Amino acid sequence: MIMATLHLFMALTLSPLLLGIINRTKALFAGRTGQPLLQLYYDLAKLLRKGAVYSRTTTWVFRAGPVIGLASVLMASALVPFGGRPSLLSFPGDFLVLACLLGLARFFTILAALDTGSSFEGMGASREAAFSALAEPALLLSLAAVALRSGRLSLSSMLVSPLAWGHLAPALWLVAAAVFVVLLAENARVPVDDPATHLELTMIHEVMVLDHSGPDLAFILYGAALKLWILGAVWVGIVAPFGGMNPWTGTLFALAAILGLAVFIGVIESLMARLRLSRIPPLLVGAGVCALLALLVARP
Amino acid sequence: MLIVLFSIGFLLATGVCARLFQRTAAGSTRIGAAGAAAGCAVGFMAGLRALLDGHVESLRLPWSIPYASFFIRLDALSAFFLCLIFGISALCALYGAEYLSVERDHETGGSWFFFNALVASMAMVVLAHNAVLFLIAWEMMSLASFFLVTSEDEDPAVRQAGRSYLIATHLGTTFLFALFVLLGRSTGTLDFDGFGAAAGAPSTLLFLLAVTGFGVKAGLVPFHVWLPEAHPAAPSHVSAVMSGVMIKTGIYGLVRIVPYLGWPSVSWGGLLIGLGSLSAVWGILQALSQQDIKRLLAYSSVENIGIITMGLGVWLLGVSLGSPALSLLGLAGALLHVLNHAVFKSLLFLGAGAVVRQSGTRRLDQMGGLLKRMPWTGAAFLIGAAAVSGLPPLNGFVSEFLIYLGAYRGILSLPGASHWPFIVVIAALALVGGLAALCFTKAFGVIFLGSPRRDREVSLHEVGPWMRWPMAILAASCAFLAVAAPWTMARLWPGLLGPLNDVVITALGFSAIALALAGARFWLLSGRSVETAATWGCGYPLPTSRMQYTASSFAQPIVSLFWLPLRLPNLYEPCWRVGERFLKRFRWLQHGRVQLYVLYIMVTLIVLMVWKLG
Amino acid sequence: MILQAIDTLVVLLILTNLLLLGTNRLNGCIRMIAFQGFLLGVLAIFLQTPGNPVHIFLLAAGSMILKGVVFPWLLSRALREAHVRREVDPFVGFTLSLIAGGAALAVAVSLGARLPLPEALGSTLVFPGALFMIFVGFFLIVSRRTALSQVLGYLVLENGIYLCGIALIHDEPVLIEMGVLLDVFVAVFIMGIMIFHIQREFDHIETDQLATLKDVEP
Repeated sequence: MIMATLHLFMALTLSPLLLGIINRTKALFAGRTGQPLLQLYYDLAKLLRKGAVYSRTTTWVFRAGPVIGLASVLMASALVPFGGRPSLLSFPGDFLVLACLLGLARFFTILAALDTGSSFEGMGASREAAFSALAEPALLLSLAAVALRSGRLSLSSMLVSPLAWGHLAPALWLVAAAVFVVLLAENARVPVDDPATHLELTMIHEVMVLDHSGPDLAFILYGAALKLWILGAVWVGIVAPFGGMNPWTGTLFALAAILGLAVFIGVIESLMARLRLSRIPPLLVGAGVCALLALLVARP
Repeated sequence: MLIVLFSIGFLLATGVCARLFQRTAAGSTRIGAAGAAAGCAVGFMAGLRALLDGHVESLRLPWSIPYASFFIRLDALSAFFLCLIFGISALCALYGAEYLSVERDHETGGSWFFFNALVASMAMVVLAHNAVLFLIAWEMMSLASFFLVTSEDEDPAVRQAGRSYLIATHLGTTFLFALFVLLGRSTGTLDFDGFGAAAGAPSTLLFLLAVTGFGVKAGLVPFHVWLPEAHPAAPSHVSAVMSGVMIKTGIYGLVRIVPYLGWPSVSWGGLLIGLGSLSAVWGILQALSQQDIKRLLAYSSVENIGIITMGLGVWLLGVSLGSPALSLLGLAGALLHVLNHAVFKSLLFLGAGAVVRQSGTRRLDQMGGLLKRMPWTGAAFLIGAAAVSGLPPLNGFVSEFLIYLGAYRGILSLPGASHWPFIVVIAALALVGGLAALCFTKAFGVIFLGSPRRDREVSLHEVGPWMRWPMAILAASCAFLAVAAPWTMARLWPGLLGPLNDVVITALGFSAIALALAGARFWLLSGRSVETAATWGCGYPLPTSRMQYTASSFAQPIVSLFWLPLRLPNLYEPCWRVGERFLKRFRWLQHGRVQLYVLYIMVTLIVLMVWKLG
Repeated sequence: MILQAIDTLVVLLILTNLLLLGTNRLNGCIRMIAFQGFLLGVLAIFLQTPGNPVHIFLLAAGSMILKGVVFPWLLSRALREAHVRREVDPFVGFTLSLIAGGAALAVAVSLGARLPLPEALGSTLVFPGALFMIFVGFFLIVSRRTALSQVLGYLVLENGIYLCGIALIHDEPVLIEMGVLLDVFVAVFIMGIMIFHIQREFDHIETDQLATLKDVEP
């Protein structure tokens, strides 16, 4: 219980650091010094101090979007285990609640984007909805494979016990690859979406939040960082379960792993270009079929 | 029990009165709607009490028709469906009172007669425990809904829709006839009690007959072809009742009859899961490509029936593979989704009716920005849209959660060979969930958000109180049912309490956090400047409302991916054409002369007598 | 240990098939075929019962060279000389192809579980993997437009049949090897020549336009 609260506190405070690490890694690859590691914290503080400008076309749905988005991500962070210890709230089927809470955040972000009446936001919303519809089966089938292997139905039990993948190592790699693709898709990283671009032809997530300002934008940026932490923690839990270790050692190892994951994402972003939009659905469906294959291989 | 019978009788009586006193449209509306609402309210109370008490009451009166008896029984399943029928119909009747009042003066009496008859016959369907009584009520339900669908019959499209609906429903009823005849023959009685000992005809054949017959009414693929024609053609309150309640009588029939068919084999559950997943994916893909809001909602009903059928498939698999936990999750999920879908689909249809009435068009691409003019309708529609996408903290999520959990448990607890149906359930539910969110963000976003897409000024205003209150009550029910689920489910099935409790805790936690954040933002912005400006258009100097994303452009990425399933031709067309060519040869029998028709009757009578008596 | 290696190799083979279904570049497809040939050679070594190792190694090396080097070289030469577009253009679309691939995987595994196969197989994934490759080969032939892609589909089909063969028959691998290799060699050789000639004659190798060669009713 105490460890779970500590992990939640770590998630809440350290998640903006992940984005800083990714940006720093990309800068290093490009030969620049790059932004400070704590840049997102400064941005959030600045935004929280500002007022807001709302478009005349928008309604209360636009104002509700960031609030509901952040609230669902905050609730979801209470469900994710870290460092080999159970999370604050765990029950059979909690990964379904996690996936659907993220879906709720997405639903309201899309509606807030459509509320502005601008074609740019509509573009981003339409792409985002299409891609996430294809990514969800991949995530749920991968978690089915993990559940089958571990014999449990709660994230805290699935990712905690040391999973004896043993001779079923191929299944583990397939699941790790599938969940990683979903992580990249959900968090708008290359090769699915380029978070640094602001060309309307290439944006997906960036364009949906174009009209928000002030505290709303702070909520959205913080929510994005927290979502990266959540899915990163799930991925780390699948790949390197820390169950059986001393809780403090497990926490440290998991923290190192998630920071390493951020570096890895930064490396991928520097080495790959964003895929053409028409290539992203095959990528997501391919991840889904890999997850299906893992489910078939991972028989106990 | 008697109260329920009284309410059925009351409904029929007020329906007849409305038809008789139709000198003024307002008068007949008042009689019809008030009678419907009152009768339904009384019936709802009785049904709710029966559900919570847990008593089983029955009433048996002899009847002169051979093999028939007026045998009705009110057990938990019937009471559950009764609450559903009466509750939704009461609200739709109140809505219809205002919706119909500006329409056609001279026909409102007939419309209320058929509406009340529809509700009464649906109630009788779920009470009947004798096959003849069941079929009579079933037929009454089909006919009443046919007349309601063809209310606005100057439009040839409506007439065509009515025709295809009538043909489809009677074809389905034929299968039900065959089913009951076979069941009755093996046990010697047509009472549902007697079916319990059925061992005669191969039970798989009976199961297929049941799936076909009830599937036509429910709207399962491939029997769904009448649904997207008939539901949009009917007036909105009738569409709500049809989509929310009437197609569920098909599900009721399956749940009632299948236990009488003996021990289910694994292929039964597999068949239901296959048909269900096909309906779900097909329905939502078709819904995504629709431009007409009511057709979109009709296809979404096909999708949700698919989800319910998948739950029933999990139930049957649990029974046949000997896993009570699995069958509990499947059946509970399916029945809870029946209730949830009834609530949010009727809410969506009522909202769509309000929008269509006020804006004068059913096409999505001609609406826009209606949230500012119709705030209550919009808010209610938003809750319905979030519920149908299966999002927490609303009720759609709870039932899908149960079905998912059943599928996951199936994968964990059963041997590897039988994993396939559960994998299909998980993949289908996941895909459909995402696509439903896309579809309903499209619907809500294009209708209510942004700015109006038509330039001409329309006098749009919010609808009146009789139309607003039913929507508000349904929207509140979506939230209420989500939270009340553990409590109600625990009364019926104690094993579900654990998982549902946690889901409710998550939902409440989320709501608390959301309120806290909203408060925090209010506090943050309170001392600062909050201005309004035009939407940032990336520097484009002349934005117009026509530049917004339309419904078709919003759905285009997915629709273009799935073009192959969407462009499949109507597979029933060749069958109809062959049948027509064959039957054209017998045209000469229909020459119009009465004497020869009477001669036909005489000849048939003589032949029958000679055959049976000789 | 061997079981894990076999499983890993079969999973890699299945992944190459998925990539073939999803890749839009012909060069990438040819490279996948080469990789498949290489994997099949390695798999042949692992699947054989111990005994006569030299002859097994020779056969595996031979098939690896033929399928992994020679055929891809012939195919890329045909690709270069026929001046075709470097991109695949399927009838069905890549996403639907991948979904069909997933369904084919499901069917292959469930069918493979039902067939009464000899116990000595060890891994239960080999035969379904072979069935899956056969399905993918057929699908590629049916759903792609250019003649070159259809040749690739035919090669995948042959790879699948080969895998079936080495999975089931342990004692006479030479027979299968020879038969299949000869088959494929002739096919690729002839197809290579034909593609070259078709392209020279008609300036393209789009098969749906080749359909206009059929006889028209007088």
